Amino acid sequence: MILEIYSFSTLTSSIDEGLNSVMAPWLVTLTEFVIVGIVFLLFYALLGLFLVYLERKVCAVIQNRIGPNRVGKWGMFQTIADLIKLLMKELITIKNADKFLFNLAPFIVIITSFMAIAALPFAKGLQAIDLNIGIFYVMAVSSLGVVGILIAGWSSNSKYSLIGAMRSGAQIISYELSVGLSLLAIVIFSGSMQLSTIVESQADGWWIFKGHIPALFAFVLYLIAATAEINRGPFDLAEAESELTAGFHTEYSGIKFAFFFLAEYINMFIVAAIATTLFLGGWMPLHIGGWEGFNQIMDYIPSIVWFFGKTFVIIYIIMWFKWTFPRLRIDQLLNLEWKYLLPLNLMNIVLISFVVLIGLYFK
Amino acid sequence: MNSVVRYFTDIYKGVTSLWTGMKVTGKYFISPGEIVTEQYPENRATLKMEDRFKGEVIMPHDENNQHKCTGCGICEVNCPNGSIEIITKKVPNEQGKMVRAIDKHIYHLSMCTFCELCIKTCPFDAITWGQDFEHAVFDRTRLTRVLNRPGSSLKKKEVKS
Repeated sequence: MILEIYSFSTLTSSIDEGLNSVMAPWLVTLTEFVIVGIVFLLFYALLGLFLVYLERKVCAVIQNRIGPNRVGKWGMFQTIADLIKLLMKELITIKNADKFLFNLAPFIVIITSFMAIAALPFAKGLQAIDLNIGIFYVMAVSSLGVVGILIAGWSSNSKYSLIGAMRSGAQIISYELSVGLSLLAIVIFSGSMQLSTIVESQADGWWIFKGHIPALFAFVLYLIAATAEINRGPFDLAEAESELTAGFHTEYSGIKFAFFFLAEYINMFIVAAIATTLFLGGWMPLHIGGWEGFNQIMDYIPSIVWFFGKTFVIIYIIMWFKWTFPRLRIDQLLNLEWKYLLPLNLMNIVLISFVVLIGLYFK
Repeated sequence: MNSVVRYFTDIYKGVTSLWTGMKVTGKYFISPGEIVTEQYPENRATLKMEDRFKGEVIMPHDENNQHKCTGCGICEVNCPNGSIEIITKKVPNEQGKMVRAIDKHIYHLSMCTFCELCIKTCPFDAITWGQDFEHAVFDRTRLTRVLNRPGSSLKKKEVKS
C-alpha cells in the first residue's frame, strides 16, 4: 500500500513525549487525563447541541415543515439559545422528594454515557482507552444508565415519573439481551472483543458485507433493539408525553432536565457508533478485497470522516424510525422482544456459529 | 407446524408494513412536498386564512351602511359567558309605528370563547366570523367592540312576489 491512513497516534504520542520531557511521569498521566476529559466534555456538549438541531431539522423535513429557522442562518443557533434558556431556568425542588437521589440521578445518566463514549475508536489511533473487552465494557456501561432513570423516577415522588421509570426498567432489561446477542454475532465473526481488533479485521470489507445474510440480520436486529434501549421513539414509553407528561423526568427542570435530554442524544450517538464500529467497519474506509486501486482512492478520505459519516447515516436511520412509527404499548413492546427479537437472535447466533465453523463467509 | 408458519408470516407482514411506512417518510425526506410552514410575520401581506377560521365576530354591512340585525337578542341569550350585550331603541317605521331596532351590538372579544353559538342561532345571519386574528392591544377595554357601525340601519327584506 502506497498511502498510509493518517494515524492520530503520531499526534497523541508526540504530545505524550512532549509532556514527558518536562514533567514527572505521574504528572504526565494526570495532565493527559485532564486533556482527554476536557476534549470529551467539549465534544459531548457540541455533539449534543448538533444532534438536537439535526433531529429537529430531520423531523421537519419528513413532516413537510421548515424546522428551526429564526436564530441564525437556518436556525443554526437555536439549540444554543435553548441551552442558555435551560441554564437560566430555576431548579425547582420537589416537596417530599428524596433530595440526594433526585440530584444524583441526572449525573448517573450522564456519567454512564461518558464512560461508554471513552471506549469508542473515533479514527485510526484516536481512542481514549482500548480495552481488550471493549464491546463487553460498552454494553455493561450503557446499561447502567437505566439505574439513573430508575432513581430519577423513584426519587421524584410522582406517579408519572415512577411509571415511566418502571417501564424503562422493563424495557432496557429485556432489550439488553437482544443488543448483546446481535453484537455477539460480530464477536463470533471477528473472534475478538477488542474494538480496535474488530475494526482492523474489516480492512478488506465490512462485516455487514463479509458476513452476508446473518450479519445483515444481526444488524437489523441490533438497530431495533438499540433504538429501544436508548428510549427513543417508537419505543419511548419511558417518557410517553401523551400518557405520562414526560415520564421519568417530569419533575426535573432547568439544567438537570437538560442532562437527561443530552444523555438521551449522546446515547443515540453511542449506539450508532457501536453499530458503525462493528458492522460498518468503524473508521475503516470502504475496502473491497482485491481492488487495490479502488481501495487506495478510498484511503484518501480521512478515517475520522469515514467514522462520523457512517455514524450519522445510522443516526439518520434511527431518527427515520422515530418520525415514522407510532409508539408501542408496553405489552406490544415486551411481546416484540420476548416473542420475536430474542428467538430470532438466538437462531441467528446458531446460524452464524455454523457459518463461521464451515467458513461460509468472505474472508 | 401451522403455528410456525403463522409466526414467520406474521414477521414478514410486520416487516413489509413497517417498510411501507418508512417508504412514505423516506420519500418526503428526499423530495419534500409542499412546505406547510407559514413564515408568519414576514408573509402578512400574502397570508390567507381558511374560510372556517374563527378570528372574531363581525357584522357585515353593505354599501348603504345597512346590516341585517333586528336586535332580537337571541345571540345575547345564547352566549354562554355573556360576551354579547344588545341595546335596542325604538324607531318609527314607514307607517309611523314605533318598532324595535338595534342601538348597540356590544361584543366583548376578551370574554369570547369562539363557540359559534351566537352565529349559529342568529335567525337573520346578521353576524358571522371575521378572519382577523391580530387582537393584541395594550388596553383591555379596546377589546370591547360595537359591531353595528354608527348611523347604520336595518336592511329591508325584499318582498317576495
